[in-house]
Amino acid sequence: MRTPLDRLRDGLLGVWSLGAVVFLFVPIFVIVLFSFNDNQGRFNFTWQGFTLRHWADPFGVEGLQQAFVTSLGLAALTTIIAVILGVCVALALVRHKWRGRGATGGLVFLPLATPEVVLGAALLGWFLTLGLIRGFVTLVIAHVMFTLGYVVITIRARLEGMDVHIEEAAMDLGANQWTTLRKITLPLLAPGIAAASLLCFAISIDDFVVSNFNAGQTVTFPLFVYGAARQGVPPQVNVLATAMLLFVVLLMFVNLGFQRRSARRQNREMETTPALGL
Amino acid sequence: MRGVDVSETDVALRGLTKRFGEMVAVDNLDLDIPRGGFFALLGPSGCGKTTTLRMIGGFEEPTAGTIELAGKDITQQPPHKRDVNTVFQSYALFPHMTVAENVAFGLERKKVDKAERKTRVAEALELVELGALASRRPTQMSGGQQQRVALARALVNRPRALLLDEPLGALDLRLRKQLQLELSQIQRDVGITFIHVTHDQEEAMTMADTIAVMRDGRIDQLGSATELYDHPRTAFVANFLGNSNLIDADVVSSSGAFAEVDADGGARLRVPARALSPNSSAKIRIGVRPEKMKLEAANGTPQAGDSSALLGHIVDAAYIGLATQYVVRTDGGADLQVFVQNNSDANSGLNEGDRVVATWDPEHTFVVEREEPNAG
Repeated sequence: MRTPLDRLRDGLLGVWSLGAVVFLFVPIFVIVLFSFNDNQGRFNFTWQGFTLRHWADPFGVEGLQQAFVTSLGLAALTTIIAVILGVCVALALVRHKWRGRGATGGLVFLPLATPEVVLGAALLGWFLTLGLIRGFVTLVIAHVMFTLGYVVITIRARLEGMDVHIEEAAMDLGANQWTTLRKITLPLLAPGIAAASLLCFAISIDDFVVSNFNAGQTVTFPLFVYGAARQGVPPQVNVLATAMLLFVVLLMFVNLGFQRRSARRQNREMETTPALGL
Repeated sequence: MRGVDVSETDVALRGLTKRFGEMVAVDNLDLDIPRGGFFALLGPSGCGKTTTLRMIGGFEEPTAGTIELAGKDITQQPPHKRDVNTVFQSYALFPHMTVAENVAFGLERKKVDKAERKTRVAEALELVELGALASRRPTQMSGGQQQRVALARALVNRPRALLLDEPLGALDLRLRKQLQLELSQIQRDVGITFIHVTHDQEEAMTMADTIAVMRDGRIDQLGSATELYDHPRTAFVANFLGNSNLIDADVVSSSGAFAEVDADGGARLRVPARALSPNSSAKIRIGVRPEKMKLEAANGTPQAGDSSALLGHIVDAAYIGLATQYVVRTDGGADLQVFVQNNSDANSGLNEGDRVVATWDPEHTFVVEREEPNAG
């Protein structure tokens, strides 16, 4: 029996939920909206009318294209290096016994727990000591360093959930270690590797703090936005941010589609094959 | 297939030892596994049977000793070079491959050409009656089906020996019984040496030609199911395979086919002389299986006949359908289990508290060594 009090509670819950959703999505909505703002002058803070001219010319601001390409390249390279290294570390941690395994397992997570400012400053000091010229290379090193832990966590969890006997079975059937890795271990790790790659890419592409310390003359997309903010963020930044958002949403739908399809296929096979009672 | 010489040894273990730190898992094991038979390593968990199997497969490195396969020392060979295949307890099927791809995996590694591969995979799947499911994924199959895929995947390579690590352990009782029969049928069909690890004595007795009972990293006794059941040589074997009544006894005389022993506070019993090993001491334990004993209502002292007999009274009677299980406390204070089949009404009327005499044919008496009370 629903009392008026119940109805009131449900109504309030709805309002509260709506509030939470609005709170989460309004900033994103504003970014998207202002990529269509026909702004006059340097500032893009007040709505002055609809236009598509920024979308027609997304790289119409000096240095923006360069920064965006740098960020994409940096994120891609970071992801490749961190994932390869991270898979190796996770394999060593889970599948092999060696001195210092416990210590390594702990140390890998240290960059995750360290405040980014400390990490950035410490890396800067280290690069200065070594006399490395700061630029794209030091950015890659820095990004690999703080993304590696995420890869190790993701891959390690997947490896630990995997039956060791599956790899033993491959060797039992005549596969050497390399073939076992290529044909069995890596394919089984594939979902983990995909997840780790996305995570790495996402963390690298929007890193500001560590990059700010170690970029030298190189400008990444976040660094560009920060620099531009002092004299007014150009609407093209909103355009690129919206494009990235759309890309990520697209990826999500593709992923969802894959999952739905494989679930449907499994169901269909279960139905069409007669149950043998075994 | 090939001319199988029964006396030929397929797998030979020599002084095989495995230590994990302080713990000795396998202790100086010597074992010859004959060619073409169904061999079972039977023992409780932690007795070293799985470790032994894993050393034969190449997944554990022996601390000491050697492993020979078909006369060649393979102790140092990695698993992928050994001509043995394993059926794992967890099946360990490759979840990202279809059933057919799983079965073809070993043949691909051996570079068997595609046409032959296809035929042999189809044959192997026919053998385990899974021909219709070749394009399925293992995750879409029941435990019993997965078990068959694992078997086909190993057998298709025609290994010198097939290692089975508790392959039926995860299945329910009915399916297990059915697959036990199928497994021994398949073994007879293909003629490959099967080495089967199990803790289930019934499973070992149903399937294996030869059973090695393991305890604490050593083999307690090796023989056929009948030998182990009728003539166990240790108390452990006597109790691990079925139930036994064990009574301490002292040998008083030994002449002819039977020796006379004193047991249970003065009763004079007879045991077959061949059951006594030449070097056994006078202090022994004798054993009788519960179903080999008969119960009668006691009137006076047991007559001195051909049977061995002990007097006592019934302390417990449990009706379990095809038999009634009695517990008889003898006058000497020992508790005997007696199974009486309910195939006639001859024993009806025996109730708790009744004086009875338990009799048995002395031929059915076996002898085990008397162990120190704190041993085992």
